[in-house]
Parts: sequence; C-alpha cells; structure tokens
Amino acid sequence: MPGSSPGMTKENSRPTTEGQSVLLYIARRIVYVIPIVISVALVCFMLVHITPGDPLVAILPADASQELANQLRVAYGFDRPLPVQFGLWLWKAVNGDLGNSIATGRPVLTEVMRAVGNTVTLAIAAAMIGFTLGLFFGLVAGYFRDSWVDKVATSIAIAGVSVPHYWLGMVLVIIFSVQLNWLPAVGAGPGGSGAWGWDWEHIRYLILPAITTSVIPMGIVTRTVRALTGDILSQDFVEALRAKGLRETNVFRHVIKNAAPTAMAVMGLQLGYMLGGSILIETVFSWPGSGLLLNSAIFQRDLPLLQGTILVLALFFVFLNLMVDIAQAAIDPRIKRG
Amino acid sequence: MLAVVAVACLPRIAGAETVLRIGMTAADIPRTLGQPDQGFEGNRFTGLTMYDALTMWDLSSADKPSVLLPGLATEWKVNDADKTKWTFKLRPGVSFHDGSPFNADAVVWNVEKVLKQDAPQFDPSQVGVTASRMPTLASARKIDDMTVELITKEPDSFLPINLTNLFIASPAKWQKLFDAAQGADAKAKSQGAWEAFARDASGTGPWKMSSFTPRERLELARNENYWDKARVPKVDKMLLLPMPEANARTAALLSGQVNWIEAPAPDALPEIKQRGFAIYSNEEPHIWPWQFSRIEGSPWNDIRVRKAANLCVDREGLKDGLLAGLMVPATGTFEPGHPWRGNPTFQIKYDKPAAQKLMQEAGFGPNKRLSVKIQTSASGSGQMLPLPMNEYLQQALAECYFDVQLDVIEWNTLFTNWRRGAKDPSANGANATNVTISTMDPFFALVRFLSSSMAPPVSNNWGFINDPKFDAMVTKARQTFDPTERDKALAELHAASVDDAVFLYVAHDVAPRAMSPKIKGFVQPKSWFVDFSPISMVP
Repeated sequence: MPGSSPGMTKENSRPTTEGQSVLLYIARRIVYVIPIVISVALVCFMLVHITPGDPLVAILPADASQELANQLRVAYGFDRPLPVQFGLWLWKAVNGDLGNSIATGRPVLTEVMRAVGNTVTLAIAAAMIGFTLGLFFGLVAGYFRDSWVDKVATSIAIAGVSVPHYWLGMVLVIIFSVQLNWLPAVGAGPGGSGAWGWDWEHIRYLILPAITTSVIPMGIVTRTVRALTGDILSQDFVEALRAKGLRETNVFRHVIKNAAPTAMAVMGLQLGYMLGGSILIETVFSWPGSGLLLNSAIFQRDLPLLQGTILVLALFFVFLNLMVDIAQAAIDPRIKRG
Repeated sequence: MLAVVAVACLPRIAGAETVLRIGMTAADIPRTLGQPDQGFEGNRFTGLTMYDALTMWDLSSADKPSVLLPGLATEWKVNDADKTKWTFKLRPGVSFHDGSPFNADAVVWNVEKVLKQDAPQFDPSQVGVTASRMPTLASARKIDDMTVELITKEPDSFLPINLTNLFIASPAKWQKLFDAAQGADAKAKSQGAWEAFARDASGTGPWKMSSFTPRERLELARNENYWDKARVPKVDKMLLLPMPEANARTAALLSGQVNWIEAPAPDALPEIKQRGFAIYSNEEPHIWPWQFSRIEGSPWNDIRVRKAANLCVDREGLKDGLLAGLMVPATGTFEPGHPWRGNPTFQIKYDKPAAQKLMQEAGFGPNKRLSVKIQTSASGSGQMLPLPMNEYLQQALAECYFDVQLDVIEWNTLFTNWRRGAKDPSANGANATNVTISTMDPFFALVRFLSSSMAPPVSNNWGFINDPKFDAMVTKARQTFDPTERDKALAELHAASVDDAVFLYVAHDVAPRAMSPKIKGFVQPKSWFVDFSPISMVP
C-alpha cells in the first residue's frame, strides 16, 4: 500500500478544495455586488433628479406662490445639495427606509412590496401558461421539423414575440370582457389585491393579464426548445439509442433531459423579466403591480416612490443574477475557475 | 362545457345593496386625509364626499352657474373696522364620522394644520394644495364654541370662495391616532398619525370611508347622520376605482364592471351611446388659452395682433371636427350667464377678414408674416388634446399672416416654467404659453394673471402684464365685501380683460362622463364637482 496514503489524502482533500473554491467564488461574487448596488442606487437617484421640472409637483399646484414652493422645498429637503440628498437617501435605504411617497405620504417600501407581490402573482400565472405552451409547441415543432405541425407551432411562436402585448391585451378585453362579458376587464379581484385568494372569483381577474403577459415567453421558449430538440435529435447518440431498439418514448425522455438545462436557463431569464413587471400590461388591466406603480410614480413625478421602486427592482435583478451565477458555478466547474 | 364555463364567468347578480362603481381617470386614489391631491378630481372624489368646508358650491343645477352656499358655516361677515377680520358662525349639531362634535376648535385646528408650522398637526404635504388656494388667509381664532374669527394678510373679499378648498377633518380622531402613533419625535408621530388618518378618515361629509386599499379601491358608505337631510346619499355605497387608461375605463363600463366612468375614450363614444349608456357633459370652469408675453419686444404687445388672433380661429370648426363636440367655444374666461362675465365690447368670434385687416393695420400681411412661438405640452391635466389643438390654431392663424412655431415640452416642465415667467430662460424664446386654467374662483381665474403684483416669481402672471387699470380693478374687487357688488366688480374686471384680449381664448372643457342607464338623478353642473347624494340606481 505504499504511496496509497498520499494518494488517498489527495483524493479526500479534493472535495474540500472544490468546496473552498466554490465558497471563494461566491464570496468574490458577493463582494462584486457591493459596487454594483451603489452604482445602481446612484444611477436611480441621478436619473430621477436630472429630469427637468419641480420635484414637488405632486403636492404643489403650479398656481402656488414661489414663497410657498420654497417653504415646501425646505420642508422636504430638496433645498440641500444633491450629494447630501443622495447620502441621506442611501443611508436611510441601507437601514431599510426608502422614505415616504410625496404624493400619498405612505412608506415607499410598503407600496413597493405590495406592488411586487401582485406582480409576482401575475408572473407566476403567466409563467405557468407561457412555459407549458412554449415547451409543448417547441417539442412538437422540433420533433416534426419542417412538417406542417412545425410551421403552425413556429408561426404561433413568431406571433407571440411579434404582437405588441398591450394591443393583444386590449383585443382580449374587447372579446372576453366587452363582447362576451365572461371575464373582468380590469382590477385584481372583487375586493382588490389586499383580499386576494386563489379561488375562481379572483382567478378570473388574473386570466386575461396572465395570458397577455405569457405570449412573449411562450414564443421565446417555443423557439428555444424547437432549436434544441432539432439539434439533439440530429446527434449520434439519438441514432445509437434508436439502433439499440429503444422505444420512441424513451428516446424522447433523453431528448428532454438534454434540452432541459438550456431551456431552464431561458425560462429563468424570462421569469426574471416578468417579475420586473410590465408598465403597459399592468396599465391596460389596472393590475396593481410594480409596472403600474412605476407608471403612477412617473406621472405624479413622485421622486421617492420612483427612486424606491427602481432601486428595489434593480436590486432584485442583481440578486437574481447573483443566484444564477452561483447556481451555474455549482453545476459547471469551469465557471468557478474563471 | 363552454356553456358551463360561460355561466361560471358571468358576473354575480347584484343583491339589494346599491353600489355606485366609478372608474376615475386618476392613477391612484386621491389622498383621503382631508386635502386631496390630483387637482379638482381629487376634491371631487375624496374631498367633497367625505368632508365639508365652511362654504360650498351649489351643484344642484345643470343650467345655472354654480354659486357659493353656506356649508359648515351658516353665515359670515367682515369686520367693518378692520377688513382683514372675518367672523364665521358655525353650523350647530354637526358631528364628525367618529362621533366627535364639529365646533370652533375644529376650524382653528384645521386652519393650523396647513398654516401654523409649529402646530402638532401641521402637515407640509397638505400645505401646497391648500395654502395656494387661500393665499391671503393668515390665521384663525376661536371666539366661542360656534363662532370663529379668520384673519387675512390683507383685505380680501374672495376669502369665502377660497374656503371651499379647506376641508374640515376630525381633530379628535387625529389626536387618538397621534397618541397611538410610534415615532422618535412629535414630527414623526404627527406624520404617522396623518398616515393612519388617511387609512381611516373622519370628516363630516355625506359619505364615510368604509374600506380602502391604496392605489386600488376606496369604498365609501352612506352617512345616515349627515347634517343636511336632503343630501343624505340615496345609494348605499360608492366604490372608486383608479383607471388611468381611457380604453381600460371604457372596457370596464361596457363589460358592466363599473357603472360610471370619467372621460371615456373619445373614439368609443358612438359605441357607448349605441349600447344605451348615457353621456353627460357640461361647460366646466376651465379655459384653454394662449397666455401672451407682454415683455418688451413681444409681438403681442400690440392689441391689434392680440385681437386678430382671437378673430382668426374658427372655434366651432374645432369643436365639431377635432373634438367631436366635447368643448364649448370660448368667448372669454366666463361665458354669458356667469355672474363674473360682464359686458365686454370686444366680441370674440370667427371673423377672418376682420382679423386680416387688423394684422395689416399692425404692419403685417402675406409678404410680411409675424413669427410667434408657443410653449405647450403633449399631454397634461386639463390640457385636452394640446398638440392637435395647437396644430389647428397653427393652421388657422397662418391665414392671418402668423407663422406659429410650437415648442413642445413635458407637462410638468411646462407647469414649472409657468411660475418662472416669460423673461426666464426656460421660456426658450416663447412669447406665449399654453397652460389650461381652472376658473372656479376669481383669484385663479383673473387676479393671478392680471395683477402686476402677481408677476413671477410670486404667481402666474407669466407674461408680466403691468396695467394700472387692471391693478385698480383687482384692488376694487378684493375690497368690495358686499357679494353682489363684488361680483359686479369682478364682471367689470373680466370684461376689461376680454376687451384687452389678454388671452387667445379658445375652449372650455366639458368633462365628459359615461354612465349606465340604471343611474338616475344625476345632474352635471357647470363645475369641476358633482353632488353624488341625489343619485339613485334602479335594479
């Protein structure tokens, strides 16, 4: 057994080294997040402050006197230099206080979290519709490539990514709400989103906005899965499986296994986009999510609300990216080495 | 299967409870704490419903002008010896929704919430929309339980009109919330108390807050104990839903999700009518003008040019074409029948030959055209259809030797520039600005544009009009305390402003709204506001 011991030691120590390497990568990645977050905060702050107009327009009519405008500017701290305003805002934000909305006086964090919750509800429903249909159409199109089935599925996918979703939303409302009177045109439930429940009375409010939101991810997933399926089916191992006499359903299982990682990555990205909210769709359906909140903050020129909403959504994306990077590093050793 | 799904999808049949469901144009529920935001739409839905003011508007007629009535004050009088002091007698037997009594202490408390910076209830967020609408009110003093003295900075006969904007919230309710509020200091506790008050409001109005989901819905219930028994609401509840998108509002109405919408999509009006819904509109106290620069070198300093522009626009054509009937052609800030109209000698009408003649007298013609630049926005509250309307004016005025250049900027920026004036670099060389105006009270309709003391940065005399004649008339109107004589003085001021063609007067908005035929008893007054009390609903 001479020499086996060092060898064993080396073998045994490998997982530890690998684990340390992953941890080091995660730590490094988290450290990188700090300047990104500060930059995001700075961009959020500057973007809303460099736009022309008065930040107090939400509570100060244009017919107000200059004296009154100055008095309120001091009361809200808008008379201070921008770097001071930024520093104070960032310090509060770090402590979990995004300030209060100028227009409503309500805490921004409460407003944003309620809206994000509603957007998550919509995104989950849309993801279920979009991903199910996308996977189905993609697999069918990939399996029956260049047949009429493929052409139909591809056409649906192209329509999904090409049709303006706010237009589709309006058309769906005209058909299912105005003409057929089957589903509500706007809102998030008979008692508002505060009384949301996963029963039919509420789900009927979700159907049209969810279908509208789902069409783009459905189209993208269809195209991705179609390409993946076609590519995998043309590979040698599939021929080998068939030559071994595997039934087509078993071959299909292998195809799905091979297509899953890429398809999952695409679906994850699409889910991320949907969780960000859509100003257009949420406005068309008066769905009280982060998109409608942004719309409202922009039109009311409610700077604390605008800054807070953008910051929370941006941080959400930073966090999602971090998670994706960490997950990829855990799966693919090449990444953490880089 | 399809039939089963269809039946399941059908809206529930309403029970015995009558609920008025309204789709507002606002993107959010206007503030509910007493002083609403979002302009007069806010006052309409969360001000006048849950609260009362000392004085109020008569909203009972679609034909007569909306005039001032006693509200929580039954009578008022200016002090003969000192015209800055007013005595208001308060209405007895009025209670807030929380049961606490309305009295002089409540009035003083509400004045101080926006005017006294060291008062515990002082709230900067309510100051802008209140103090600007009662610019001369300085303080309030209790004389006895049902009498209060209001003091102005200068003699001002407009005070009773201005007071329609001060809504009286319950001090007792606020105090209870203040005592329960968390906060590092009194200011933080005060902010917390107002935030809580907004969620559980208490006024004296005909409607009580029954449930509130911020940004989504506000449910109001009938106040059975309202002090004016004739104005106790007939329907049980009113549900207010923010729907900023015109097509979404229209779809909600057509699908039966709401039974009333503000400002339906103009291109959907034929279908709305065809489906049996009622469309209401009426002249609003609103004017869509060009406000001229009168600084040195402005071409509008020549009265012939100002009059020519006013005579060169076919307002009926604008109404019947572009606006599908949804405007009233303007012949001044106030139209005939209004107590502040007066008798202007300059008749504003479409008379192109007369306009061309005036321009030629002023030295312009086909070979010597006059270039003017107008600052406007692509959208904005009360702006109607600013771009197409300005393009219409551009084409119309081209026939009277004007070359109109449009400087289109964002609405909030235009608003901000308005306070800066024509001399400010923000005017970008424009010699007229196009900001629409609410004309509910004389200060906002006339004084702030005509008085030389209202030039920027003080107020909205954007064009720096400086005419001793107007200054004298403003002083006279402000210091005439008999209401009939005051109205006469205002009518003279208005007539003089039309004779001087201080604006290019174009249109009055008509506030279109569409509603279910089940809604009965609705009256659309010549006002920004509506009385929801007499409205009933048939099953």
